[in-house]
Amino acid sequence: MSETKTITEDDVRHVAKLSRLHLSDEEVHHFTEQLAAVLGYIGKLNELDVDGVEPMAHPLELANVLRPDVEQPGIDTDTALANAPAKTPPFFKVPKVLGDGPSA
Amino acid sequence: MNPTDTTLVELRDAIASKQVSSVEATKAYLDRIKVHNERLHVYHEVYSERAMQQAAAVDAGKATGALAGVPIAIKDLLCTSYGHTTCSSRMLQNFQAPYMATAVQKLEDAGAVILGKTNMDEFAMGSSTENSAFATTRNPWDTDRVPGGSSGGSAAAMAADLCAASIGTDTGGSIRQPAALCGIVGMKPTYGRISRHGLVAFASSLDQVGPFSRTVGDTALLLKVMSGLDPLDSTSADVEVPGDLDRVDEKPDRIRIGIAKEYLSDSNDPAVAAAMDKAIQIYKDAGAEVVEVSLPHTEYGIPVYYIVATAEASSNLARYDGVHYGHRTDKAEDLIDLYCRSRAEGFGDEVKRRIMLGTYALSSGYYDAYYNRALKVRRLIKNDFDAAFKQCDAILCPTTTAPAFKIGELTDDPLAMYLNDVYTVNCNLAGIAGISLPGGFAEVDGKQLPVGIQLLGAAFDESRLLKVARVYEAAAGYYQARPTL
Repeated sequence: MSETKTITEDDVRHVAKLSRLHLSDEEVHHFTEQLAAVLGYIGKLNELDVDGVEPMAHPLELANVLRPDVEQPGIDTDTALANAPAKTPPFFKVPKVLGDGPSA
Repeated sequence: MNPTDTTLVELRDAIASKQVSSVEATKAYLDRIKVHNERLHVYHEVYSERAMQQAAAVDAGKATGALAGVPIAIKDLLCTSYGHTTCSSRMLQNFQAPYMATAVQKLEDAGAVILGKTNMDEFAMGSSTENSAFATTRNPWDTDRVPGGSSGGSAAAMAADLCAASIGTDTGGSIRQPAALCGIVGMKPTYGRISRHGLVAFASSLDQVGPFSRTVGDTALLLKVMSGLDPLDSTSADVEVPGDLDRVDEKPDRIRIGIAKEYLSDSNDPAVAAAMDKAIQIYKDAGAEVVEVSLPHTEYGIPVYYIVATAEASSNLARYDGVHYGHRTDKAEDLIDLYCRSRAEGFGDEVKRRIMLGTYALSSGYYDAYYNRALKVRRLIKNDFDAAFKQCDAILCPTTTAPAFKIGELTDDPLAMYLNDVYTVNCNLAGIAGISLPGGFAEVDGKQLPVGIQLLGAAFDESRLLKVARVYEAAAGYYQARPTL
């Protein structure tokens, strides 16, 4: 990460697309300024030499937490669909997947 | 006795000895909520009928336990199989969870009466409750000021005696900061101590459930009830819950208090500095050994936190797709457009900022420079604490640099808002325990505003931390102060 690099409006448009967030031009402009300020502050991490330091992704050093392989009841279909904004039981309903919309 | 002017333990004992019924106590709290909630915006949803039924069951001897009959408030980030679980987001405005959070289930199993769900910053992202999609909670000490956040509703509910205790969650300070700003006790337990099952995920390696209360003893009791390994959360710790966890009046065998110069910044408010001086004196008077410790990577906590927390959030919040549950746009042209518009309409600005920041930090070309570097510095921060806890039993530091700020003061300056967490985030990054205690008052514009002091303890050493905290609380006496509503 270069110290002088700040995030651009094009970067924010790209990240918004990856994040599946529809943004107006005005929002892109506003968020770019705010994210640039935050990323500038985060650049402080470049002051440190971290060569050879083991990354720490989690406070507990856990691996493969397993439960007994015994069948257990799960959430039934009606319950799983109860909060769905659109459904045709026993299915969730979605618009056409292969569209020609601008963000497809 | 007045059931709304007491501690949780006193109320529990009074109910057990029939000095007061749970129905009387619950009704007294519900009446207070009716009077004050509209102005303070503490509760989203109040379960009056259900609470009265729970209380009646206790009075009839049908429900028993360590919390039998005491009315408690829950942050609206914890799932309940009744009512709504909104996370103060338009996204989940109508969401009804199909299951109970383990922490809430354990409270109910211990006989607690659940009064309702409290306001918060949307998805726990914020330090003021101003990011709530519904309302900004007011600080009971000065209603022009924020209660802190993200668990601001739970903190204000406790401070205003609109519950006998409340539950929050703490990802970077979301229990301890509002506890400090509202003049009450708030604790973030060790990561893994309490199950996260049913806690709507923000940053899974940092999130932890914890209590707010009037006293250290009350917090200890709530911690004991909620703690323990849970098969439904693979990151809950397989560590025994100590039997003496709630026996806070037992004197610790020794007290070694660590003071880190990195937390004694010149930018601390004079009232915060005075609270620190007083706390140090209290421990010296109690015969404690006060030692200087060093936490040299303290200043890197905020940058690490805002990479790690946002990276995890960007992944966790990918589940809100407008398909399975939550808000769905009515303008979608195709599936991708459905995702993008549902999320744009359902999330507030702070949630969008954090999702984008996290996505950026994890994206191709930036992963090593941001995310991986942050994880390495996170290790250095944890190593600092490991070294410090070889020299001391608890680190004494401020909870925040200053008392509560005014509503609207920081809303358009995310970075300034983030710096509120400067003394709290490292505890989450390292996965250790922390507790904020009332540390006296700052007088600002003729109002008395609470400030907090914080004690940090080693992972799974809450028993000692709480006993050490009780020594301060008993001598300082601030826990008796109440705001005038």
